[in-house]
Amino acid sequence: MSDASTASAPPGPDSPAKFDKTPWVLALTLTVFATVAAGLLTLGDIQTRPVIAQRLAEDLNAILSQVVPPELHDNALSKDVLTVKSATGEPVTVYRARNGDEIIGFAYSVTGQGGYAGPIELVMGVNAQGQVLGVRVLSHAETPGLGDKIEVPKSNWILSFTGLSFANLPRDKWAVKKDGGTFDQFSGATITPRAVVKAVKGGLDFFATNQTALFAKAPQNASQTTPSGTGE
Amino acid sequence: MAEDITAEDIVDVPDTPRTDYRALTKDGLWDNNVVFSQLLALCPLLAVTGTATNGLGMGLASTAVLIASGLSISLLRNWIPPDVRIPAFVLVIALIVTLVDMAMNAWVHELHKVLGLFIPLIVTNCAILGRAEIFASKKPVAPSTYDGFIMGVGFTLALVALGAVREVLGAGTLFAGAAILLGDAFKAIEMNIPAYDGMLLFALPPGGFMVLGFMLAGKRVVDKKMESWRQRRVLQSDAPACHTV
Repeated sequence: MSDASTASAPPGPDSPAKFDKTPWVLALTLTVFATVAAGLLTLGDIQTRPVIAQRLAEDLNAILSQVVPPELHDNALSKDVLTVKSATGEPVTVYRARNGDEIIGFAYSVTGQGGYAGPIELVMGVNAQGQVLGVRVLSHAETPGLGDKIEVPKSNWILSFTGLSFANLPRDKWAVKKDGGTFDQFSGATITPRAVVKAVKGGLDFFATNQTALFAKAPQNASQTTPSGTGE
Repeated sequence: MAEDITAEDIVDVPDTPRTDYRALTKDGLWDNNVVFSQLLALCPLLAVTGTATNGLGMGLASTAVLIASGLSISLLRNWIPPDVRIPAFVLVIALIVTLVDMAMNAWVHELHKVLGLFIPLIVTNCAILGRAEIFASKKPVAPSTYDGFIMGVGFTLALVALGAVREVLGAGTLFAGAAILLGDAFKAIEMNIPAYDGMLLFALPPGGFMVLGFMLAGKRVVDKKMESWRQRRVLQSDAPACHTV
């Protein structure tokens, strides 16, 4: 690289021959650049951090209100947070919906493994009876035009989960039609819906096995819990 | 950076206040287009051009960074010793991209949700380092800023062209989701080809490579045609002169 530069810099009157080439001068120059850059980044971070935090909180509230209808509860979901260990031992952040003192539902995220392109992050709402209130996709990397029909703006497929539970749909029917279940696959894409169905089914299993933890009376300081990692 | 030499040959504008903006414009849009001539920035190009809208968003973000980096590198050019210029350029570009990323996340959050994944990748867009090295580090502020702008426009055009072809062939739509990017006023440009569900191949990376290949070949054909047309004109105007001698 340095060869090319010396060759390309014309030896004209404006050629940068004025620079001191001593190593410590070069090091000092870079240090000054790095320090100024770090300072500017800090300023930018200070300016944007509260705004970004507010935007992420809005995102969280928006998605929570989609999976747990706001008319069912009177508390702020993002303020009633508890952490429950999933079957694989990973902590799951659960948002509880209450109507007065009664716990009427939960929202938590589930991850669809086995998608066409990486994991599919979902958030689902379940009511106290174990019925799905709603499922939405948080993030995915499925093929645009095919697998992305799991998004609401593209297709209303994912709304077909609403109202279902293990009580009104037997466990072995929780599969795409190709696998003998009741859920439609998309023409040309079976892998994506299969992963989503499996994830939602896993989410209901999570609800069934953690009933005691989920309905446990939360200590009054539960609202202090920081909703960590909810941005994505 | 094998393009260094050829690109420098083309854009060897002397460091004088009088810079040929027409030549710069022609360079950025066609003769020395980031994608179609320099073959730079192909990674973000192929990654985001599944739809024309994503291409447009990526193009606009890259243009903003190109303008800002052209401006600041040109301002700093007399303080950056040649020996450490590459780390200094990378530092400046990374700073700009990070600031753009944070600002977009805070103030145009909806757009950031669409493009968020790709914005940090602008740091690795070699076209930006390329322009800093070839142009902005040697030229005054105004032409450097303009060069960043016009190179960004050329890159955006390439992104939108590739995205549009892939979207029409691959999904049967055009500018889908433009309203999310540009606001509801642009709902009208979202088009849908009736009774065509698209050919999956073009939505996937192999289709991107194929369309890009055809476009590169197409540009060469056009360039060859123009060249031979120009030569014929020169020959014709020379011919009578030869006869008289």
